[in-house]
Amino acid sequence: MSERNHFFPRQVIEAGGTRWDWALLPMVLALFVLLAYGAGQMNRPYQLGQVLPLTLDPLFLPYYLLRTTLRMFIALGFSMLFACAFAAVTVKYKVAEKILVPLLDILQSIPILGFLSITVTGFIALFPGNLFGVECAAIFAIFTSQAWNMAFSAYQGFRTVPAELTEAANVFQLSGWQRFWRLEMPFAMPNLLWNMMMSMSGGWFFVVASEAISVSNQNIKLPGIGSYIALAIEQKNLHAILYAIITMFIGIILYDQLFFRPLVAWADKFRFEESSSETAQDSWLLTWLNRTSWVSTISNLGGRLLQRTFVLFRRTYDGTSIRSQASVQTSKAERIWDGIITAVAFYALWLLIHFIHSEVGWGEAGHAFVLGLYTLARVVILIIVAAAIWIPIGVWVGMQPRWSSRVQAIAQFLAAFPANLMFPVAVVLIVHFKLNADIWLSPLMILGTQWYLLFNVIAGASTIPTELRYAAQNLGLSGWLRWRRYLLPAIFPSFVTGAITATGGSWNASIVAEYVSWGHTTLKAHGIGSYIAEMTAIGDFPRIALGIGIMCIFVMAFNHFVWRRLYRMAESRLHF
Amino acid sequence: MSTPIIELSSVAKSFRSADGSARSVLEDVNFTLKEGEIVALLGQSGSGKSTMLRIMAGLIPADSGRVMYHDMPIYSAARGISMVFQSFALFPWLTVQKNVELGLEAQGIPVAEREERAQKAIEMIGLSGFEGALPRELSGGMRQRVGIARALVMEPEVLLMDEAFSALDVLTGEQLREDILDLWNKDLIPTKAILVVSHNIEEAVMMADRVLLFSSNPGRVRAELAIELPHPRSVESPIVRSLIDKVYALMSMGAVRSDRFSDKEHKLQLGDRLPETDINRIEGIIDLLADEPFKGRADLPLLAEESELNDNELLEVARALTLLGFAQLTQGDIMITPLGNEYAQAGNAERHEIFGKQLTENVPLVAYIRHGLEQDPSGDLPEDLFIRLLRFTLNEVEAERVLSVAIEWGRYGDLFEYNFNTGVIHLPKDEKNL
Repeated sequence: MSERNHFFPRQVIEAGGTRWDWALLPMVLALFVLLAYGAGQMNRPYQLGQVLPLTLDPLFLPYYLLRTTLRMFIALGFSMLFACAFAAVTVKYKVAEKILVPLLDILQSIPILGFLSITVTGFIALFPGNLFGVECAAIFAIFTSQAWNMAFSAYQGFRTVPAELTEAANVFQLSGWQRFWRLEMPFAMPNLLWNMMMSMSGGWFFVVASEAISVSNQNIKLPGIGSYIALAIEQKNLHAILYAIITMFIGIILYDQLFFRPLVAWADKFRFEESSSETAQDSWLLTWLNRTSWVSTISNLGGRLLQRTFVLFRRTYDGTSIRSQASVQTSKAERIWDGIITAVAFYALWLLIHFIHSEVGWGEAGHAFVLGLYTLARVVILIIVAAAIWIPIGVWVGMQPRWSSRVQAIAQFLAAFPANLMFPVAVVLIVHFKLNADIWLSPLMILGTQWYLLFNVIAGASTIPTELRYAAQNLGLSGWLRWRRYLLPAIFPSFVTGAITATGGSWNASIVAEYVSWGHTTLKAHGIGSYIAEMTAIGDFPRIALGIGIMCIFVMAFNHFVWRRLYRMAESRLHF
Repeated sequence: MSTPIIELSSVAKSFRSADGSARSVLEDVNFTLKEGEIVALLGQSGSGKSTMLRIMAGLIPADSGRVMYHDMPIYSAARGISMVFQSFALFPWLTVQKNVELGLEAQGIPVAEREERAQKAIEMIGLSGFEGALPRELSGGMRQRVGIARALVMEPEVLLMDEAFSALDVLTGEQLREDILDLWNKDLIPTKAILVVSHNIEEAVMMADRVLLFSSNPGRVRAELAIELPHPRSVESPIVRSLIDKVYALMSMGAVRSDRFSDKEHKLQLGDRLPETDINRIEGIIDLLADEPFKGRADLPLLAEESELNDNELLEVARALTLLGFAQLTQGDIMITPLGNEYAQAGNAERHEIFGKQLTENVPLVAYIRHGLEQDPSGDLPEDLFIRLLRFTLNEVEAERVLSVAIEWGRYGDLFEYNFNTGVIHLPKDEKNL
């Protein structure tokens, strides 16, 4: 690749490179213009209480989609930076690891829309008289839906770099900076990207939910698909809702084809398994880009810039220098550090008790706890129902090689589709048939997240070794015995993985799903989700905090006592 | 000839395991790598030879003692010392060319010079034409060539090879070994000394000017053997054959209890390590030994060839056989005992019985487990208790491995059973009711 560039230092001589160039250039330029336009719109003067011009005219939908997508990608960029920085710091500094990893585990359990409720006023205050503050709050909410997950993935990747590769990096004198780019980053890349894509699926949900913010009796609607839907709900306009659903559908197809697939296909290059047996993802766009010469020129330029930095940040001394001598770590410093952490933890606990005692009262806390139990019951029942539906279907599909990859792609797509766009439809039905909101609002919680279950069950069923399949046939396993002894254990690990994601998503969705409205009708199911949503609407901050805290405790306890155990069991006993 | 390059004096190293207890892997190691020599380190797995290599590479620090490189202490990897890895340790996302250039790039050498030097190394090791390939496209032998080129391009003074050929098939490994010896003998590389860690006795004898034998638990240099034969050496030559026999004899001598220096058989203790071998291998070797052409007595290298086991694996089986009283080791030969013969002739049921009887008599750990089960009213005990017992003398991984060997043997000898899901060892079902 680089050889050719030596012969033609200036690409002009080559008469414009390949034929792909001409097709690609206007597309890229148009994209830049669009992005610049969208970004410019974000930075508008704005006063709290001012109503932003929003219309239900479907002609504006592409523009709203652009705004929504832009928010999404900005958040994604920050999440990526955060994930890399987090991984680099935690792997390098033991002291940081001790605090940051558990902290992240907690942050992960905090409902994402809860972040929005709390941070929005702060962000507005940060940029007074400008729309940018509200934008920031929305983007921050999306950030929180992606960053923790990605940070864990990067951390995991950095930690599991094979020992021999790390040793090779040491023997060949790679500096920390060089090791980051040559070893750790590439090694973590495939998983990180896959994770990013998966959390982005969830991200669409939150971007829609976070655009129409109602906080402290203020209704702020940022231009975007989410606000469009919110306005349509207020005006009871079913047609507009349909338009929005179609637009989102197209948006997600574009995202899948133009972003997801090329990136995953590209990351295949960094796969560590040294055999190339597994079929790589295909992407027409990536093939296209790879064959376009100016794209490769740009990537070469990037590579060369990176190498320049290698010269700058190299290890200037080797292992015989006194500077390489390991500093002796005293256990005393470690103990002092532990002491500080414990002290801070106790102080925080005291603050919490004080807060509940003086601000909300123990009765209210007990009430919120009971509401948490309601939502817990919903989540558990829904997962069981969804499992009963999707396991047989998923297993059946997974066993048909021709179908499995296609259905998997559809499930993945459906998971990315923000289910909250469908909520109004459900509400209309519930209102029309006068159904019990406590029961019939519940399925909304799992509407978007059940696809993770299907996706993983298919994946699990399609990886059952062929010989095991033949053996089961040969032994004549059938009926319940076939499920109990063969199929259920075989898909159990991937089912658990899917169920963890699905429950996590359901807890988050409960904030929107338990409290929905259609025009002036508001349906409310009893639960911690509707509690948080209600308190956010009135702007009762101590109670918002209480609700979020209770939900966070529920999610963590559930993860710790149920999912982690099942996961460990699956890891140690039920794998091929 | 005798300028020292790397010197280790009274080096010791122990690893701390998860529960905080330390286990010594190296004790009192004194060694000097001199200019112009190839040294091979031989020993059982877990004898600390790889640890010693890594200490010399500056990858792990020694706990005590001195590690000097040209009379300077080594704190971490030094520029003049390069290494070839067992699993190649190539960066799978970099092409062959980029992999070879890695060390040069790290030093900030300009692109043109880097490419030229890498090109030379690639040609020297026979990789021309593969510069643009990714490691995953190459076979194992070609991958290790990349690993060697990557080390040689640094023009190292010392080349360390950590079981560099053991992940390759025999033929490829020999080919690569010959190529390196060729470069070394013709002075085509500026390398002044090579240290090879190996578990292949033939490889060590063919390459090295000195062979160091390691004992395990803790690792010590047990014996040293100078090989003053000119290169190239032929495997078929009688001198080489007798040297290989001699090393086998030295290795198997200590195999029963490797930290003792005598030929005498020592009684196994409760917390001792058990050989790393399974029932299938034990049975296979006994049958092989009892039958034609060996008829009860075999030369170890020949038996290794016949059974297609590597040296370490065979020595572990031999250790198991002597432990159970089925065979004896003398001077690099293995001889079947009358009991071993009886066992070989026996049918399946009898075999289980003999095996079980020999276990209770000769393997204290198995006997102790059985004793505990018989005393316990419920007839079962959790495995953790025995893991904890073994942790006094062994490290975590080793303790678990030894217990799993004991469980497998005990199962085969009908002494007890084990439930994987619950981690409980219990008496066989038919005995439980008694």
